[in-house]
Amino acid sequence: MSMKPQGRPTAPIGTDPVKNGPTHTGNKALQIEEKLIFEIGDFRGTGVDFAQAKGLPPRLGGLARKDEIGLPGLSEPQAMRHYVRLSQKNYAIDMGPFPLGSCTMKHNPRLNEKMARLPGFADIHPLQPVSTVQGALELIDMLALWLKELTGMPAVAMSPKAGAHGELCGMMAIKAALVARGEADTRRRVLAPESSHGTNPATAAQCGFTVDDIPADKTGRVDIKAFKAMLGPDVAAIMVTNPNTGGLFERDIRQMADLVHEAGGYFYCDGANLNAIMGKVKPGDLGIDAMHINLHKTFSTPHGGGGPGAGPTVLSEALAAYAPVPYVVAKGKEFELVEKRSQGAETSFGRMTAFHGQMGMFVRALSFMMSHGIDGLKQAAEDAVLNANYVLTRLKAEMSPAFPGFCMHEALFDDAFLKDSGVETIDFAKAMIDEGYHPMTMYFPLIVHGAMLIEPTESESKEELDQFCDALLALAREAKTGKTDKFKAAPVFAPRRRLDETAAARKPVLRWVSPAQ
Amino acid sequence: MRYLPLNQSDRAKMQDVIGINSIDDLFADVPKNALNPAFDLPRQQSEMAVERALGEMAGKNISGGQGPFFVGAGAYRHHVPATVDHIIQRSEFLTSYTPYQPEIAQGTLQYLFEFQTQVAALTGMDVANASMYDGSTACAEAALMARRVTRKNRVVISGGLHPHYASVTRCNSELIGDKVVLAPANIKGDEDLIAMIDDQTSCVIVQNPDVFGHIRDLTPIAEAAHEKGALLIAVFTEVVSLGALQSPGAMGADIVVGEGQSIGNSLNFGGPYVGLFATRQKYIRHMPGRLCGQTKDADGQRGFVLTLSTREQHIRRDKATSNICTNSGLCALAFSIHMSLLGEKGLRTMATLSHEAACDAADALSALSGVVLLNDNFFNEFTLRLPKNAEQVAEDLAGKGVLGGVPGGRLWPEQEDLHNLLLVAATEMTSTEHIRKFVAALREVL
Repeated sequence: MSMKPQGRPTAPIGTDPVKNGPTHTGNKALQIEEKLIFEIGDFRGTGVDFAQAKGLPPRLGGLARKDEIGLPGLSEPQAMRHYVRLSQKNYAIDMGPFPLGSCTMKHNPRLNEKMARLPGFADIHPLQPVSTVQGALELIDMLALWLKELTGMPAVAMSPKAGAHGELCGMMAIKAALVARGEADTRRRVLAPESSHGTNPATAAQCGFTVDDIPADKTGRVDIKAFKAMLGPDVAAIMVTNPNTGGLFERDIRQMADLVHEAGGYFYCDGANLNAIMGKVKPGDLGIDAMHINLHKTFSTPHGGGGPGAGPTVLSEALAAYAPVPYVVAKGKEFELVEKRSQGAETSFGRMTAFHGQMGMFVRALSFMMSHGIDGLKQAAEDAVLNANYVLTRLKAEMSPAFPGFCMHEALFDDAFLKDSGVETIDFAKAMIDEGYHPMTMYFPLIVHGAMLIEPTESESKEELDQFCDALLALAREAKTGKTDKFKAAPVFAPRRRLDETAAARKPVLRWVSPAQ
Repeated sequence: MRYLPLNQSDRAKMQDVIGINSIDDLFADVPKNALNPAFDLPRQQSEMAVERALGEMAGKNISGGQGPFFVGAGAYRHHVPATVDHIIQRSEFLTSYTPYQPEIAQGTLQYLFEFQTQVAALTGMDVANASMYDGSTACAEAALMARRVTRKNRVVISGGLHPHYASVTRCNSELIGDKVVLAPANIKGDEDLIAMIDDQTSCVIVQNPDVFGHIRDLTPIAEAAHEKGALLIAVFTEVVSLGALQSPGAMGADIVVGEGQSIGNSLNFGGPYVGLFATRQKYIRHMPGRLCGQTKDADGQRGFVLTLSTREQHIRRDKATSNICTNSGLCALAFSIHMSLLGEKGLRTMATLSHEAACDAADALSALSGVVLLNDNFFNEFTLRLPKNAEQVAEDLAGKGVLGGVPGGRLWPEQEDLHNLLLVAATEMTSTEHIRKFVAALREVL
């Protein structure tokens, strides 16, 4: 069917671009193929103009670098094009829903970026005289107040650099408390649900603990009977995520806290899913001893393609004395920075990072909190939970929820609805890419077969959610008809088709090497 | 609330679809008396109000651009081209996640591959990972890796290692049961580390230039370590030094870690920064952190993926090489863009200018009566011995608008013999005028 040339398609609708073959350039309209900087840059060039050096005799102790380093320099326009072209090969929350369960991909307000770049925050040195950074210490102290009040906990360690680093902080505090009690050698076991994030057992192991899995019950929560049976005088702590990684609130959480405390252990709560309950529940009311807060999830500091994050860790009375240095103490209108033991940090377990933590993330998170206020944060948590349940309810029509009942901020499905279709979870996820969506978290948590974990967050409008659900329902119906070819081939419209990860791991190529070598 | 797209009518319709009367029906699993507690926190504010409040706090700090600036000791004030900050704020970089779906994350993956190559070239090593939190945590991870590689458990730390790096490393290594031997602070750069290495030693950790600014020849230490079956971990806090000094790889290091903040990243009061981590090919399966590797897609086109993830926590759980998950992706991007603009030529110029500024500052400052320069050699940072407590001097200098360096008491609070020391750093941003003002101010406060 031909069309009028102006303002209308000039090719018949239904033409399959995949069968049209490649273009001469390899480009696809707005998708421009881009080589590596090492293939386009000039190894003798530079894109930065400097003043002329004076030519002073070097005082480098005879250890000047003589070999060629091998770094190309790109002119500014070359660099700009290189990175802009690369950027256009990425999906991002600013383009559409990013429903990765357990990752809380919400809108990143640009006010926060602007605030973090104020010279009074971005251009100050961590070791400047304390008198010259009072505003920075005030900000850290104010953020700490927000975090303590939101969680109902008496203390917070601000320096951990990310969620896993916060876990390490909490577990180090627990270890220090056990040492002080003289029980570090006897309490060597940590219990964590089998549905826990991988960072939990990895952190416990990094602290010298052994880790045992707590089984889940039929409703996807901790099996309290089994849990009870596992407790004993050798247990140092439990590490439990709440809401858990199945998107469910641990109903028996208080009982778990009481039980572990009675057994002489501590309760580490993984706060990755705080978005479901901020402003609704104070985790401190549930009996926990430590919990990290992912500022890059709950409080919207951007994920930046994998970081940086920030993982302030709230601590109970029992653990507060072991908090790492440095930390800020308000003294009237002045702020003091506690960096040494003699400043009242005699029992601190030590230091986690060179300086004071992720200041840039602190500014962004506080900007986010102040903008929302407590009313806005509560509304955000409610909207996040509402959105997840809306998705759960609508998708039930074609997909299979892993557990009965409502969920919190994320909806978990298994692959039962794909049974006998020949389509697997990964195929379903890759087909979502062709529909213009980032897939949900796949194959996690491990307690569900072919898991698909969807976390829409509060940032999605109803219209966006409806389109998303329509797309997934259509895909699910299509999968059930046995049209496996499309799913196995997906994605076909992305900048790359499926990548060979096995080959990548078998013969790792981790850097560019000059073809001349 | 400007960030929430749902309105009351949407919420009501959605509740109908779900089949609930009240939002709290969805919170039924929460213990009744724990739901909806009172919070002593303010209500929402306009963008303008938040901007004003935070602007006031920022205004109370003295920022680096306000006057002469000579503070270093692990973080340095270099010039970052405007292009860098523009690119890292592109939505597709800023608001994307860890590249777990490589088909729609080639942008992130390709820059990580380029970043790894740049770091490997700079350090003179075979491979680098996709970043750690910062230099200090990279250092701690390196010691843990040496334990895995050598199956030994004695960590030897040079007295020239930044004391905060030493604390972080000790905190992590002792936790797992390693014995940590920390050499005393070594202000002359002449300690005998070789005598401290024994058969049980997993690694020797040496910073170059060391925290006092001395340039260390790592070659003899590497040879001695290897003889005893230990690894040499070379540390840098100023990555620009690699544009002027022999690479740690060329001097025999087995693991090289350091702080990458100087390239592409602001001071940010200590974070976020970007930890660099590089090693030899034979150790790649012992490395912590994410690695990006090259492969092909179903059409045979070159592409990139995260690889060797069987080392990582999300696959290996308690058997992982590290618990790290989120790293410093966007700071690594900033680093990589800045380095792509610099190239080897620009980096070498930047290093030379920083070195020359430090030479000028060292000469001018040490000409003052009672001020002694401790270094025979240095890159862009050196140590002065002052006739009085340097902490007070730094305060007094700040009162005169000069941020004049890091006093010994700040880094070694418990060691009073170091409290008259002042660590002074210069970069290509340091002007002759800055040095003149610093000298004049120091003369007045001494």
